[in-house]
Amino acid sequence: MSDTSYTADRVSVADPKAHHAAHDDHAHDHKPSFFVRWFFSTNHKDIGVLYLIFAIFAGIIGGAMSGAMRQELKEPGITFLTNFTAQYEMIPAVDGACATGELVGGDQCRVERVPEARIESAKNFYNVLITYHGLVMIFFMVMPALIGGYGNFFVPIMIGAPDMAFPRMNNISFWLYGASATLLTLSFFAPGYGAEQGYGGGWVLYPPLSVATRGPAMDLLIVSLHLAGVSSILGAINFITTIFNMRAPGMTLHKMPLFAWAVLVTAFLLVLSLPVLAGAITMLLTDRMFGTAFFDAARGGDPVLYQHLFWFFGHPEVYILILPAFGIVSHIISTFSKKPVFGYLGMAYAMVAIGFIGFIVWAHHMYTVGLSVDMKAYFVAATMVIAVPTGIKIFSWIATMWGGSIDFKTPMLFAVGFVFLFTVGGVTGVLLANAGIDHYMHDTYYVVAHFHYVLSLGAVFAIFAAWYYWYEKMFGHAYNEKIGQAHFWVMFVGVNLIFFPQHFLGLQGMPRRYIDYPEGFAFWNHVSTIGYYITAAAVLIWLVGIAEAALFRRGKGARANPWGEGATTLEWTLPSPPPYHQFNELPVIK
Amino acid sequence: MTSNGRVVLIVCTAIAGMTGLVAAAPSLYNTFCRVTGFDGTTQRADAGSDRVLDRKVTVRFDGTVAPGLPWSFKPEQVSQTLHVGETAMAYFAATNSSDTPVVGTATFNVQPAKAGLYFMKVQCFCFTEQRLEPGQSVSMPVTYFIDPSIADDDNLDDVREITLSYTFYRNEDAEAKLVASGD
Repeated sequence: MSDTSYTADRVSVADPKAHHAAHDDHAHDHKPSFFVRWFFSTNHKDIGVLYLIFAIFAGIIGGAMSGAMRQELKEPGITFLTNFTAQYEMIPAVDGACATGELVGGDQCRVERVPEARIESAKNFYNVLITYHGLVMIFFMVMPALIGGYGNFFVPIMIGAPDMAFPRMNNISFWLYGASATLLTLSFFAPGYGAEQGYGGGWVLYPPLSVATRGPAMDLLIVSLHLAGVSSILGAINFITTIFNMRAPGMTLHKMPLFAWAVLVTAFLLVLSLPVLAGAITMLLTDRMFGTAFFDAARGGDPVLYQHLFWFFGHPEVYILILPAFGIVSHIISTFSKKPVFGYLGMAYAMVAIGFIGFIVWAHHMYTVGLSVDMKAYFVAATMVIAVPTGIKIFSWIATMWGGSIDFKTPMLFAVGFVFLFTVGGVTGVLLANAGIDHYMHDTYYVVAHFHYVLSLGAVFAIFAAWYYWYEKMFGHAYNEKIGQAHFWVMFVGVNLIFFPQHFLGLQGMPRRYIDYPEGFAFWNHVSTIGYYITAAAVLIWLVGIAEAALFRRGKGARANPWGEGATTLEWTLPSPPPYHQFNELPVIK
Repeated sequence: MTSNGRVVLIVCTAIAGMTGLVAAAPSLYNTFCRVTGFDGTTQRADAGSDRVLDRKVTVRFDGTVAPGLPWSFKPEQVSQTLHVGETAMAYFAATNSSDTPVVGTATFNVQPAKAGLYFMKVQCFCFTEQRLEPGQSVSMPVTYFIDPSIADDDNLDDVREITLSYTFYRNEDAEAKLVASGD
């Protein structure tokens, strides 16, 4: 191993090739039959792949929802989503006859709805789209991809473990996600408000609307989130136990790769925050179903309590989404700069600090509910403090690249893109942290631009960076570098064209969560929608890349380590794809 | 090396602890609001203040009725100007415009919210549920004063006006009890 790799003095594997390839490859590598392997799977790599497939489907559905919203917002006026509303409604017949429309089934009249009624339905549909777009992207795309997918596949390998600590529980975690997604889908089509389908009150599910909306859509949504929460908590227990107890001999916590650190911190955030979400939505459910009054002002409750509970979960949740991305990007930048990551311990403890501070800043999401000046001053200061560990990470990434022999392969492009986009989102975040400015910006497109820069662009770029970084390792064949680079550049232009103009719209005062807007906002909304088309084209390029790789590269063999001396973590010591059971003899870390 | 069971036990304890915290959150939050006057929660006092300051405050009154309550409800005076520490009484007029007995409960707060900690109520119709017979009109009193310690809080130096607001809601639980007791 080269002395420029960060693991050379931290993680060096005793004679890797002789050890693992020989032992793991052949004799012990019995794969079960297809059905048993993929449906009863307890193998961390297979479950990781299942999570990734799940996240790809969820991402495409959530992305299609945002496409429908951008298409509607392309021009002022409500013209597009009306196409998805019901054309007819049923009215009971009077004396077996219909004044208008035609008689159906003897006692019902099928009447064509007037355009005004369909526009009202379109408004509800738009609100339903923003709600489910948020939920799908957060709970069913980013979390399964980063934690369930890459976390499951690579954390055990990176720490030199044969599998997760509780493989069967890992299986339950994944399939609970399936049940949860099924309930969310049912909720989308279930009656929400009157005859309208789905719940349209935003992903935060604030009462009193979420209690007053009587249809079953909201109840299905609550149970769906309960199941997703249980799944994530079980996954978190699994990761914590695996990382504490199953590291290879010699791999102390301070020698552990940063992605494993990131997933460890994330798992703790999940364990401490998800019970609060579960409690808050359980109170919603009992308010709806059993006549309690937790959030009912008329009977001594307070809707603001829900906001406190929700954001006590919600703020750590945004770090749950981004911390694994931090870990991945650290590895990729180190690999393609052919340098050990700058300030390893600082990077690890910056994530711990971000996780800790993340729990004490929640009310910066609710500056406008009527907090006292002192409370706002505290939450402003505490929020700003997060910029310190985040700054440590950004500058350490830059310092890692500094003076490195940088190779701009696709994963590195996405990783550097991540650093740039996350920094833009971070800067607008510091701005929004100011309570005074936030009173103006609250619920405008500026906030939409901010959190999409850190999540939609930041986290998603990290997901794609990891996809290309580990593609050959996971699937056993290489991706096409030209298609990968085209994917990056088209995507980079597209997402910036979507979200950068939304800063302008927000500053001009355009509120979020509305289907329509005045003429004055038309130009930048149009630009934003064109950005969506470009991004959609980028996603198509990515899918073409997968198809090209599967058609022309499969079975042509894969390199154990395509990235050379910069790639120093344990997964590169295994063949690609890794054997079904790895590390039958544990690697020893010196 | 610690056993898996021990790690799981510790993590499950953390999960149980957070679940306990969230279960206790509603009552903790209630206590927090009452103690700190958070979000304009007014305070209760057993007697008026024995100290009266020169500083004057104008108290404005606001009364609204939630949908579903067939009452009219409004303050009988627009505002009262009084010295800090001085005890005053204000009246709200309520009429039941339906033909059945109706029970209502009022929620309350003050604006600016930071004044809640210093707005002391000695007596208030909002402390109990109110029952109005069909067509009955009543004048509901509230006895209050502004706590003189408001002068010690720099944050409230700019407060010249405080708006006391009530919203009446129909109390269906209490009405159900009335029906059950055959009254």
